[in-house]
Amino acid sequence: MEINLLAGSSPHIKSGESTQKIMRDVIIALLPATIAAVYFFEVQAAMLILVTVISCVASEYLWCRITKKKNTITDLSAVVTGMLLAFNLPPALPLWIAVIGGVFATIIVKQLFGGLGHNFVNPALAARAFLMASWPVQMTTWQTPGWDAVSSATPLAIMKYGSEAPGEMPGIWDMFIGNIGGCIGETSALALLIGAAYLVARKVITLELPLAYIGTVGFMTWMLDGESLFTGNFVYHIFAGGLILGAFFMATDYTTSPVTFTGRIIMGIGCGLLTSVIRLYGGYPEGVSYSILLMNLVVPMIDRYIIPKSFGGGAVKNA
Amino acid sequence: MICEVVYLVKAVKSFRGGIKPRHHKETAGLDTVRVPLPSKVLIPMLQHIGAPCTPMVKKGDRVLVGQKIGDSDKPVSAPVHSSVSGTVTDVRPFLYSSGVEVMAVEIKPDGLQEVHESVAPPVCSNRESMLRAVRESGIVGLGGAGFPTSIKLSPPPGKTVDILVVNGAECEPYITSDFREMMENPEGIIQGIRKVMEITGIPKAYIGIESNKQDAIDRISMYLKDANDIEIVSLPVRYPQGGEKQLIYAVTGRKVPAGKLPADAGVLVQNVTTVSFIAEYFKTGMPLIKKKITVDGGAVAKPMNVEALIGTPIREVFDFCGGFIDEPRKIIMGGPMMGVAQYSLENPVLKQTNALLAFNENEAEEPKESVCIRCGKCVAACPMNLLPLYINSNVVRGNFEETLKYHVNDCIECGCCSYVCPASRHLVQSMRIAKAELRKMAAKKQGGKN
Repeated sequence: MEINLLAGSSPHIKSGESTQKIMRDVIIALLPATIAAVYFFEVQAAMLILVTVISCVASEYLWCRITKKKNTITDLSAVVTGMLLAFNLPPALPLWIAVIGGVFATIIVKQLFGGLGHNFVNPALAARAFLMASWPVQMTTWQTPGWDAVSSATPLAIMKYGSEAPGEMPGIWDMFIGNIGGCIGETSALALLIGAAYLVARKVITLELPLAYIGTVGFMTWMLDGESLFTGNFVYHIFAGGLILGAFFMATDYTTSPVTFTGRIIMGIGCGLLTSVIRLYGGYPEGVSYSILLMNLVVPMIDRYIIPKSFGGGAVKNA
Repeated sequence: MICEVVYLVKAVKSFRGGIKPRHHKETAGLDTVRVPLPSKVLIPMLQHIGAPCTPMVKKGDRVLVGQKIGDSDKPVSAPVHSSVSGTVTDVRPFLYSSGVEVMAVEIKPDGLQEVHESVAPPVCSNRESMLRAVRESGIVGLGGAGFPTSIKLSPPPGKTVDILVVNGAECEPYITSDFREMMENPEGIIQGIRKVMEITGIPKAYIGIESNKQDAIDRISMYLKDANDIEIVSLPVRYPQGGEKQLIYAVTGRKVPAGKLPADAGVLVQNVTTVSFIAEYFKTGMPLIKKKITVDGGAVAKPMNVEALIGTPIREVFDFCGGFIDEPRKIIMGGPMMGVAQYSLENPVLKQTNALLAFNENEAEEPKESVCIRCGKCVAACPMNLLPLYINSNVVRGNFEETLKYHVNDCIECGCCSYVCPASRHLVQSMRIAKAELRKMAAKKQGGKN
């Protein structure tokens, strides 16, 4: 019997995990927030999400065609980028701006630097920053959820500017479920936390980075945002803006976060400090996107210097 | 059966990382069956880590069972013996899957299985003579590494070894041959442990067994009722629990310093099958000529546990298990995590062979490598706390010296990183390349100086 045997190097079995399966899990984890977005911001949100996803996937497809590279849209990472970008847009944003955001995220931020795994900043956040710089008015026109939408400030803006900002401070419960002004995907902490729990259960993400991030923001705002030290309303700071979305879904982006436990803690604390400083002392009411983008830039350095001791490495004490 | 068995469960330290692959230990309940005398045997002169042996027989010679047919005068080596009586038909080079070529003796059995006169229980008066007997038995570490046992039992001067850890973890999927040994020969294992303790003067031994092998734990504890020099430690089920450094940590709480040996942590590790062989040898004087082997995999008609003579062509072992029901695409000697894929069914059973797996097309299929998405799963899985992704990216670029920064030489090649990688990157494989390249570079430097 003549048989043709494979003789590769071990291991000979695999976990069955794949990039596509991970991205599919992220998409599933984003669904509760998608539903919340459509519930609160209705057709506007649905259209934004649809348009950015199509924009990202189509850009990636065309890029691969034009550059004669292997088509990579099946890894689903473009869908994730599209959803995350839409989540970071205000509900009334003209759709053509959203399309430009998708193209920018995919071509400029992701593909020009080598595609999946090589972009040095989070594509969705970089695109949001680009849109903010290009169309600041449209990108900061907020409204309350629902048919009777009226223009309103985000809770963070109300906190920051007080009576100068239109609208009233919403209650904690409205903030938790997402019945507030803001970007379409960031408002419902509840929906985002359900998705985050799914990601943790599926072992797609680990908790050290998000917890370090949220913990730092909580501590800093509790310490510094009150009349006197340690009287700040940290609960509002945690649930009012994009922190939950940023901490669980954006900062944990594989490509742009450290690979070690220690590195992730450093990134989480760094993001937390920057967000707090921007929110409390900066010109913007919100600072999650810029904090994550800034920390993205430090990730290669963190990974370069945080090389753990191997098991039994360094000085070993044995009883 | 009601038996009041009390075995001690120590507080076990858990190593970091590791994976939990599917066990596939369906053969655990199957008694070991002996494979009939093969049509020929091929016995390579290197079945251990160290210097190869020189053949002591030539074509046409008649050899007997247990007769020494190869030995070396180098310190790190173990002699090889004939597993059959018959005529030497050839002494020729044999190519291992690793690319190493060694001499091998091919023997055609005459069916008589006449035992050589040298086979007699060794008479030992002191430690030195016992160690010499261990060497003469041809025994090597049967857990898979194949390091000559006589060397392991002679601790380096100046180091005090006070704990013997007996490895019954058997953490690799599919393999149940150690489990069968524990079920079928518990007394032999305990006698072997006592023998090793006698030879080395170690006062205390622990047998580490994964908690999914409760039957084996119960069985061995029945023979340990009043013993306080040997204890069983039930270990969490996680690969690579049986890795030497991980096992030592779990059982004793001691860490083997990076780049050092277990003796540096005061520990000696022996596989259960190795110690039971030692007991057997001191009783009968029959050197290592046969092995318990788990035969499994989707292409095998009747997965089972067998006992085969060393040198048996693996084709004949599979034939004994009903042959193939599916076309085999990959034949693995050892477990699926660290075993060696064989290029031919004519390759022989070796001293360290504890499993033979025949994977069908489906099982052998390897997903295509894609780009690293930096998910960090390899980092989380590495039991040695390394950063496989960065070692891989440096190897891909040919920056071998850079991998030293990432402690590549501490890699135990368990394969957890490659197992978990969603991009199917060849992580552990690239570490092997880095280690080999670094060895070459070091050898060149050495050569340059001389």
